[in-house]
Amino acid sequence: MSNLTFGLTLLFVGMGGTLLTLWLLTLLIRGLTTLLPPTKPGAEPPKTQPSPP
Amino acid sequence: MIDAILSGIDGLTEGSRALDAGSLVMITLAGVMFYLAVAKGVEPLLLLPIAFGCLLANLPLSELMHDGGVLKTIYDFGIGNELFPLLIFVGIGSMTDFTPLLANPRLLLFGAAGQLGIFATLLLALALGFPKESAVAVATIGACDGPTVIYVSNLFAGLGKIDTAMVGALAVAAYSYMALVPVIQPPIMRLLTTEKERAVKMPASSGKVSRAALIAFPLLVTVITGIVAPKGLPLMGMIMLGNFMKVTGAVSRLCKSSENEIANIATLFLGLAIGGTMVARDFLALNTLLVFGLGLFAIVIDTVGGILLGKLWYLLSGGKMNPLIGAAGISAYPIAARLVQAEGQRWNKQNFLLMHAMGANTGGQIGSVMAAAIMLSVLKGLGLI
Repeated sequence: MSNLTFGLTLLFVGMGGTLLTLWLLTLLIRGLTTLLPPTKPGAEPPKTQPSPP
Repeated sequence: MIDAILSGIDGLTEGSRALDAGSLVMITLAGVMFYLAVAKGVEPLLLLPIAFGCLLANLPLSELMHDGGVLKTIYDFGIGNELFPLLIFVGIGSMTDFTPLLANPRLLLFGAAGQLGIFATLLLALALGFPKESAVAVATIGACDGPTVIYVSNLFAGLGKIDTAMVGALAVAAYSYMALVPVIQPPIMRLLTTEKERAVKMPASSGKVSRAALIAFPLLVTVITGIVAPKGLPLMGMIMLGNFMKVTGAVSRLCKSSENEIANIATLFLGLAIGGTMVARDFLALNTLLVFGLGLFAIVIDTVGGILLGKLWYLLSGGKMNPLIGAAGISAYPIAARLVQAEGQRWNKQNFLLMHAMGANTGGQIGSVMAAAIMLSVLKGLGLI
């Protein structure tokens, strides 16, 4: 494979893949924050287990 | 008797006789790094041990990087198998707050634009005659993320695709440019944006995200990375492990250890071992100078990519997006976000861009690791690793 082919492959697949994956993540975060909205003020905060000694 | 005394004296002067010009240059370079780390505060946590490792490896007749030597032992223990960069990633994850990003997920796209430098540098390095794997290793400086650079370059070094000495040059270049982000970025920000664009006031972000969403996020990113780019899963997985421990709040002791003791120990050993690879005969080459030049190019193009996306967004949103935020889409966290805040306030005292810039900056962290992960997976697909 020539250097030019290699470089352009990584440019298109690499940059394109990065952009596409992050865009997909953007959509998933939107879904996540819609499904799990912030708790209303005054709601009891969740309790966590204390760490063992 | 006289012969024995002369032989003894000969043994004492052997070191000074072995001192050559290359070693002197490297010792001077170590001195410059000491100055930058101690007097100027340039990335001291890493630059100081790197400089000391460089000094130790370049003193005449030093055997510290030979088999059984302490630097070589540390190198084999934690660099040769990419362990130390990954341990540092756990610490980075536990120190990172993804709340601004989750509050405004569109900012993640800046994290993609901020990786343009990686791919532009790859093309330039190939055009300059670098072999494919070396070009990829140099291009990762555009990730603006030291551990990622060390992880990727060392992976290639382990496969015998690049010289071990190049790992040291790449690490020093990466950390130097990360420290120089406050010097490199502002002129580019001013050059590419108008005064009107820089003064755009962004609406305050609510910044409210549920704890459940914060907990689900690192798991989601880990799974997506594992599916899309499995070769980069160690990188993303370790960051997200650190972040998962932080946001759950269930293992505060582990979280504190990750961001303090573990990250500090890994940083010390990583710096020493990387410095140890900077041996004169391998380091003093034209390629090293080219690596530093290409590294600067990568960071500049990263910034340009982010700002150009910001300008496009400014146009599409009818002037509601401040394009400066694009400059924070790199992995230098939180320096890049603070720079955007400072630059925005310089042109509009009422402007508070920090939350938006933090979102883009954490997007840059994810983007840089994702870009490296995708590159590694593409290389595997091409049969190169």
